[in-house]
Amino acid sequence: MKFGLVLEEMHRSENDLAHHLLVISERHKVDHEIYHLARDLARWSQQHVRDIADIAKNYGQNLDPEPRGEAGLMETIREKGSEMVGRRPETGMLLLRDLRELYLKACGVSADWELLAQAAQGMKDKNLLALAEKCHPQTIRQMKWANGKLKESATQILVS
Amino acid sequence: MARIDRIAEPWGTRTPYGSGADWPVRVDTHLAEGVTPEDVDRWVQTASLLHSNGDAMDIAVKDNRIVGVRGRAVDRVNHGRLGPKDLYGWQANASPDRLTKPLIREGGKLVETDWDTAMQRIVDKSKALLAEQGPSALGFYTTGQLFSEEYYTLGTMAHGGIGTNHVDGNTRLCTATAGEALKESFGCDGQPGSYTDVDHADVIALYGHNVAETQTVLWTRMLDRLAGPNPPKIICVDPRMTPVARAATVHLAPRPGTNVALMNGILHEIITNGWVDQEYIQAHTVGYSELEKEVKNYPPALVAEICGVPAEQISEAASIIGHAERLLSTVLQGFYQSNQATAAAVQVNNVNIIRGMLGKRGCGILQMNGQPTAENTRECGADGDLAAFRNWSNDAHIQDLARVWNIDPMSIPHYSPPTHVMQMMRYAEDGSIRMLWVSGTNPAVSLPELARIRSILEQDRLFLVVQDIFLSETAQLADVVLPAATWGEKTGTFTNVDRTVHLSEKAVDPPGEARPDLEIFIDYAHRMGLQDKDGQPLIKWHDPESAFEAWKECTRGKPCDYTGITYDKLRGGSGIQWPCNEENPDGTERIYADGKFWAHPEYCETYGRDLITGAPVEPTEYKALNPEGKAIIKAAEYMPPHELPSQDFPLQLITGRTLYQFHTRTKTGRAPELQAAAPDVWVELSADDAGAYGIAEGDLAEVETPRGSVRARVRISGIRNGVLFLPFHYGYWDTKGGHQPDGAGRAANELTITDWDAASKQPIFKTAAARITRISGGDGPSSAPTTTASAPAGVFPEDARTKGLPTALADEATGTAGGAR
Repeated sequence: MKFGLVLEEMHRSENDLAHHLLVISERHKVDHEIYHLARDLARWSQQHVRDIADIAKNYGQNLDPEPRGEAGLMETIREKGSEMVGRRPETGMLLLRDLRELYLKACGVSADWELLAQAAQGMKDKNLLALAEKCHPQTIRQMKWANGKLKESATQILVS
Repeated sequence: MARIDRIAEPWGTRTPYGSGADWPVRVDTHLAEGVTPEDVDRWVQTASLLHSNGDAMDIAVKDNRIVGVRGRAVDRVNHGRLGPKDLYGWQANASPDRLTKPLIREGGKLVETDWDTAMQRIVDKSKALLAEQGPSALGFYTTGQLFSEEYYTLGTMAHGGIGTNHVDGNTRLCTATAGEALKESFGCDGQPGSYTDVDHADVIALYGHNVAETQTVLWTRMLDRLAGPNPPKIICVDPRMTPVARAATVHLAPRPGTNVALMNGILHEIITNGWVDQEYIQAHTVGYSELEKEVKNYPPALVAEICGVPAEQISEAASIIGHAERLLSTVLQGFYQSNQATAAAVQVNNVNIIRGMLGKRGCGILQMNGQPTAENTRECGADGDLAAFRNWSNDAHIQDLARVWNIDPMSIPHYSPPTHVMQMMRYAEDGSIRMLWVSGTNPAVSLPELARIRSILEQDRLFLVVQDIFLSETAQLADVVLPAATWGEKTGTFTNVDRTVHLSEKAVDPPGEARPDLEIFIDYAHRMGLQDKDGQPLIKWHDPESAFEAWKECTRGKPCDYTGITYDKLRGGSGIQWPCNEENPDGTERIYADGKFWAHPEYCETYGRDLITGAPVEPTEYKALNPEGKAIIKAAEYMPPHELPSQDFPLQLITGRTLYQFHTRTKTGRAPELQAAAPDVWVELSADDAGAYGIAEGDLAEVETPRGSVRARVRISGIRNGVLFLPFHYGYWDTKGGHQPDGAGRAANELTITDWDAASKQPIFKTAAARITRISGGDGPSSAPTTTASAPAGVFPEDARTKGLPTALADEATGTAGGAR
């Protein structure tokens, strides 16, 4: 069965999404809503990582239940960097690039949840389906947040 | 007629009444020393501008000077009563330090100039920026204390003429969540409740709403019910021992930042016990099953742990609310300025909705306002909304607004929600907003994290215009200062929280060359050559009444329909509640009677936002969710605050409004009786915490957060353990520092975090992690008021209790006729 690979991919992509949210948070510390919300939303993905690792055991997969850690030094450097260049307009372009990437990553994870839900139905695994039903809406909210922020920020950044 | 010290007794004498009866009239009067009612040349009709209750009053004029005030017996809001701020605050108008001439910055200093020079400097700068960068370089930040006519002119000029999306009001700090919560639940701003609900309710639940201090006359109404037969039960949610908490049947004092968990716990109990109106839910709402699912996760035992309140208290409160026959719910800053503001306020709406407690006498929701004309900022499109509750993401609404203004729809920015002030500050920080026009407010004291705000406003590359009546902290940083007229010196209308519109008439001339805000905005629009698409001036009105008529046209057919109101109709009588039009010529007391809402996809003011992420809901999504325009029940999960106590900062800091001072004290700090009642900043902590830190009443202490420090005298009060309270907004205009701290900080916002609710964009002032250190002993108790939430917890010297100056005696006349329903 190829299903193990789906779980592995799901685990990797949620980890990646959580990490990207944290990086964005630190890199744009002076954009306060981005800073706080990205951290809040990273927690959803981190929980998904744990949940996936837990359910994967049923399919003989041994996935790390701990979400990918953060390098403490890099975090500080990124936050300091954000504060130092916070008064320069160029950081706006970087923000747009980061949000665009976030949006695409979240879209990818959303597609993964769809695959997983389809498989769960095929295998009649109620627990797995329930997990998808719990997590997928949060992924969609992450996606919409990235999209909304992108729209809200673009005009000022691109025409100023 | 009785004379009474209204500093020592802020709510005056009781006039008890029973459920469903008329609230008796009591006319309060305060005149200057030596002036009797017979000396008064004329009485001029107005309403209060120092809080949001909307108390109607008359200004006493003698020899062309304001010499006092008297409550209006006929008015539906106050039945003649006035609060301490109303009784004494008017004196600030005549302060010798009023701005009387325009100022411009020359060689780093502000110097006096004439109006032509000052306005030309603003116009030259505006035109240069428009040519170089376009409208995104210009931002406008106004207040909650101007009149409808002025906001409408500002909104028209900024949105329709300049074409900038950067327009907001300081109502963002006080009432943005009220508006947002109503929009989320009902698709539209506007209060379902009425103040007369107090007369009928059998349960009044006040969520984070210290009404005794913020709307003293509304509290007087509640006190009179409590003193009469069949008194209502009071539910109070507040971490402080406020006068409301003392009068409450159940007082819940949750850990700051946990309101959503608490509300979910109450909803859990109401739903589990079946205290819901299934018929109402079926007929008039969408989204109930989501709420059912969400609140399942919040049993009282778990909520008790999150909030730090006993589970039995949560169940008891829920039971009282669940058994209420006529439930009035009110909400204010304890929810609006805290973690998950909108999500928490929406859960209060949900309580009334699922209990079917809407549209009937005694069944109301009052998502309160902090400022007197906050409602108008929202209606007129001067605070991040579009005029007359038009939906920025509905193209038909934009076209309709363009029709009213006779301009091209593309000239009205609607590519995203209008920019809120915290984001405007960020744009000023990154250098993309290069001119900021601040009218009637003082961000250098009222916004969070003041060191950051000062550093943004001080930048050379930001051209700052400030329009005010005093040289405020913000004005001291300006490039151009415009002297404005204020209440009593100009004419206009404003609307309180229960949609009552009042007329405020000019009583005396403004000092020196000061001008009404309306004149200033119109002058700018003309000098800028702002035109409609036929080449006519965009601003076609020239005085308050013609501005009001233009505003009325803009509201035609919209929820806040003013078309049936005229200045003449407002003169002489009582305030009128909108909508007022051909169908409702006397106004409308209750909206949403019979479960009819303004939430239809074609009509609604907004499609709403995700309560956690703040992401706007797409039009198609909204249409699918709510095709028939029912009330929307929105669930939300609890998320912890962004700054939690740590080893370094083990306490939680909350800040708040108090009885004797208003906003940044520009007026109340200049009224002798009010200033004497609360002359300086204080810090409140509980007796347990005081013991743990070795601090005594009156000691000088330093409060610190990761952002700064404030020094204040300690008041040991009935506040929850682990929580500190600082009153806002003590600033620096009356200290040597001028616009900033001279040594130790004094303004609460030195300490607050830059963070806001994602849905309403209202800054969070009530969850910073903090620590406190004793600096030195005091020579007596702190000067904090003893009459209010800051009442001392322990033994206290009688002679140090709050009382008025000899001039604080006011008249109370009971038994007079009046009091419209």
